[in-house]
Amino acid sequence: MSDTLLDVDDLRVTFPTRTGLVHAVRGVSFSLGRERLGIVGESGSGKSQTGRAIMGLTPPQAEVSARKLAFDGIDLLSISPRQRRALRGNRIAMILQDPKYSLDPVMTIGRQIVETLRTHEKVSKAEARKRALAMLQAVQIRDPARVFDLYPHEVSGGMGQRAMIAMMLVTGPELMIADEPTSALDVTVQLDVLKILDKLVAERGMGLIFISHDLRLVSSFCDRVVVMYAGKVVEQIKASELRDAQHPYTRGLLNCMPRIGFERHPLPVLDRKPEWAE
Amino acid sequence: MTASITVEGLEVVFDRFRALKGVSLDVREGESYGLVGESGSGKSTLLRTITGLAPVASGTITVNGKTLGKTRDKAFYRDVQMVFQDPYGSLHPRQTLDRLLQEPLAIHGIADGEKRIERALDEVGLGKGFRFRYAHQLSGGQRQRVAIARALILEPSVLLLDEPTSALDASVQAEVLNLLEEVRRRRKLTFLMVSHDLAIITHMCERLMVMQNGEAVETLTASQLIGHRVSEDYTRNLLRASEGFVRV
Repeated sequence: MSDTLLDVDDLRVTFPTRTGLVHAVRGVSFSLGRERLGIVGESGSGKSQTGRAIMGLTPPQAEVSARKLAFDGIDLLSISPRQRRALRGNRIAMILQDPKYSLDPVMTIGRQIVETLRTHEKVSKAEARKRALAMLQAVQIRDPARVFDLYPHEVSGGMGQRAMIAMMLVTGPELMIADEPTSALDVTVQLDVLKILDKLVAERGMGLIFISHDLRLVSSFCDRVVVMYAGKVVEQIKASELRDAQHPYTRGLLNCMPRIGFERHPLPVLDRKPEWAE
Repeated sequence: MTASITVEGLEVVFDRFRALKGVSLDVREGESYGLVGESGSGKSTLLRTITGLAPVASGTITVNGKTLGKTRDKAFYRDVQMVFQDPYGSLHPRQTLDRLLQEPLAIHGIADGEKRIERALDEVGLGKGFRFRYAHQLSGGQRQRVAIARALILEPSVLLLDEPTSALDASVQAEVLNLLEEVRRRRKLTFLMVSHDLAIITHMCERLMVMQNGEAVETLTASQLIGHRVSEDYTRNLLRASEGFVRV
């Protein structure tokens, strides 16, 4: 693996609630080079909170701690909010799940992309527009000039998600965090969006963290997979070796999905063991 | 075998948008029938039209031998029940499960509520202990079990399922699918199930219809689909997509 881009050691995210502390992430460690890493788990496993903590988007009431949380040698937990903001959207970018909610509904797609760009780089309006259009082209939007002037509600989910990818890539980030980037899309559109993401990540040599609940999808897309359960990493495995996964949770997740051509009635279900969470 | 649901030349129009363009369908009694397609294909509209949640522009719907008119009678709603996609939206947040399950019984004037509620909760694997809880105290999978219990409590013969597991985690999805199969076997129910996931439909259904843009693309048996014996390109695309991402 090439040089380490992101180093996460013993990351913890804790939420204070009325009934006491909720430990959403409990000591997650991994490192990432310029590769594609998948984080998989069920809802509540802490996978999204891990991504958000790296991005610096943890809600203010929650507490983030780690022995080490470093991006390209920068200690993310000790820098000022201002420095963090300069990184966010510039060198670290994040794609969210549903373009319907994550794009600004009262701003045209083009303006949103230009805004991202001009927040981080000193470029003229004309130059920013040119780059935004080129980016829309890169995510295979056929008529970039038309889409540039559309509002998010005027485009389909797949198109919206491409626009989001364009917005995130326009600053040329080194690390991209994609949190369920295709779960809100139709299966056929999913593959198109993944193909675009895959191509751009490979061309630009970015590091990618792909967060999803779909173990099979992640394993077909990523080089390495981190499996999370109850806020902890239960297994780290090469995607190509997933079939030899050791942990019963990983195996259970792989098995419980219906597959075309593999008749199993009833479907195997996960027999959750309390010790997995320990 | 007799037909349980027959739909002929069904048209549904919202303002000027034709959501269903002359769809015909025929589900046999005791059969499990699937509807697949992308969003906007009209698969959910078809279900909603059968229950009377969307207006019929033209065409006929026959359920258990009775052709449906503009309004449906009480007996229809006792015989046909629906489970919706999102268990977070389909259960009243301020009612206990007891109250939720009481509602259909009260509407239909059924007396032995006590027993039925206990039995319904047992049947979906929740147990009596859940009876006086609120939906917000339950997980997504548990909520969907409640929605299934509510549908079953009137002892219907037809269950309409609109993406019953797409809001759930994969492992919980397996549990709910198993539960649905089990109640179907036990009660000899007819299923009409909508999903965007071909794998789920082939797992659950004997026959299926692929839909696109408000029209039927083709009708297949599950084994035809498994053997890739499909004739339309659209279905082939769906099949390819369901195999996951392949790097070229």
